[in-house]
Amino acid sequence: MSGYFKELISGTKSLFIGLGITGKYFFEPVVTLQYPHEYLEMTPRYRGHIELIPDEETGEPKCVACGMCEKGCPSGCISVKGEKRKGVKGKVLTKYILNFTTCSLCGQCVESCKFDALRFSLDYNLASQRKEDFIYDLIKRLKEKS
Amino acid sequence: MNGLLQQDLNQETFTINLGPQHPATHGVLRVKLVMDGEYIVEAEPVLGYIHRMHEKMGENRTWAKFLPNCGRMDYLCALSYNHGYVAAIERAAGIEVPERAEYIRVITVELNRISSHLLWFGAFVLDLGGFTPLLYAFDDREQILDLLESVTGSRLTYCYFRFGGVYNDIDDSFITGTREFIKRLRERLPMYDALVTKNIILIKRLKDIGPISKDMARRYGATGPVARGSGINFDVRKHEPYSVYSEFDFDIPVYEEGDSMARYMVRMKEMEQSMRIIEQALDKLPEGDIQPKKAVKMVKPEKGDYYHAVEAARGSFGVRLVSNGTNTAYRLKLRSPTYSNLSLFGEATKGMLLPDALALMGSLDLVIPEIDR
Repeated sequence: MSGYFKELISGTKSLFIGLGITGKYFFEPVVTLQYPHEYLEMTPRYRGHIELIPDEETGEPKCVACGMCEKGCPSGCISVKGEKRKGVKGKVLTKYILNFTTCSLCGQCVESCKFDALRFSLDYNLASQRKEDFIYDLIKRLKEKS
Repeated sequence: MNGLLQQDLNQETFTINLGPQHPATHGVLRVKLVMDGEYIVEAEPVLGYIHRMHEKMGENRTWAKFLPNCGRMDYLCALSYNHGYVAAIERAAGIEVPERAEYIRVITVELNRISSHLLWFGAFVLDLGGFTPLLYAFDDREQILDLLESVTGSRLTYCYFRFGGVYNDIDDSFITGTREFIKRLRERLPMYDALVTKNIILIKRLKDIGPISKDMARRYGATGPVARGSGINFDVRKHEPYSVYSEFDFDIPVYEEGDSMARYMVRMKEMEQSMRIIEQALDKLPEGDIQPKKAVKMVKPEKGDYYHAVEAARGSFGVRLVSNGTNTAYRLKLRSPTYSNLSLFGEATKGMLLPDALALMGSLDLVIPEIDR
């Protein structure tokens, strides 16, 4: 019987201790961010979807359409097309489509790129209700950005 | 006719479905329950709702292309799964890993383990009806996710380890951030203790509830905190040391009781031990490369059968590879811990009250995508 009362007292005490803790935290500063009104800066290593790196002088993509990223992609979401042009060494990139709906953001394309022509973008506000919005034309995107 | 009616009245049981959409099952787990009033007569977990053929996928893509899949099985402790897979390949193909890379692996995996346990802690208490601890646990977990994001680039489904090393090196800001986090969590754990562990309602819900005997845990192949809560002293990190775990001084918390409280305590103590490992690893962190000098290009393990196990947050995760000498696997078997841990649910909950069974289920720390690979 005494055990019962002991437990009753210690149990009630434990509840009040808990209440004290939550009460204390109630007056602590807010840790959350009011998202649509405030934005977070992504860290430099954040892995968003990929984007082409422009050549600093010409502004054209550094990509030479070798297709290593296409080959290295586990989900097959990259399609690259290039063509030979007169007077230009190697291939010229004509099309770079990223199907972001199947991309798993693993970064194997960036790793397999020998020409330092791909990087991760820091964009993360990518919500949309249409599937077509996630088929990115990266050349178009590069031109819009510059 | 009368006799039949009498019999039916005496055995009035009914069947209900718990899940596949139920907040307490944390995903798409369905449990078929045969109930006698509030008591469970029979419980049968039904799986297969999110089967994604990960093992089959491993058979038709190159070794490196399977890497992103690892993070998508156990999304709460993805780095352990990364580690298990790359370590198995490294063993099979004989790839040497630089020491710095091994230390970085240990640091990040242990951080990931703490974050996994913190999420479990919050979700478990939420299952039992306490909402506030979840928010506090997420506050702490957020710090870890930020730290890991600054290194790996992603927050949950990491794809950070590579054959022979890691993807990015850690910098000073990560090291100081980790030290600060450990200091912070050390101050927070007593608060969790006072708020949750000593709370009379939690004790009443967990103590002596859902006992899993040593024998039962052994029979079903339970590992991790479930086995350690039943008095089985087994941790892959200690008993089959891989990576650089043998260089650290840490304890394996083991509780003999086997009830839900014991499993709860094991995980709370494990967080402290993980912090000890991280501190030692940060102190000893050697300089050097994070990838082998000779870059690993095309991996082709020799013909054979290989196995490597790591200790994930939920137990022993094993990868068995059968290679036929090509650049894809002939067979890739993934042994996930919660599948075995869940399989004892039917036997352990026989004759138990439904709310107690849910407490038991929470204490098993189920991650459904890992059960259903």
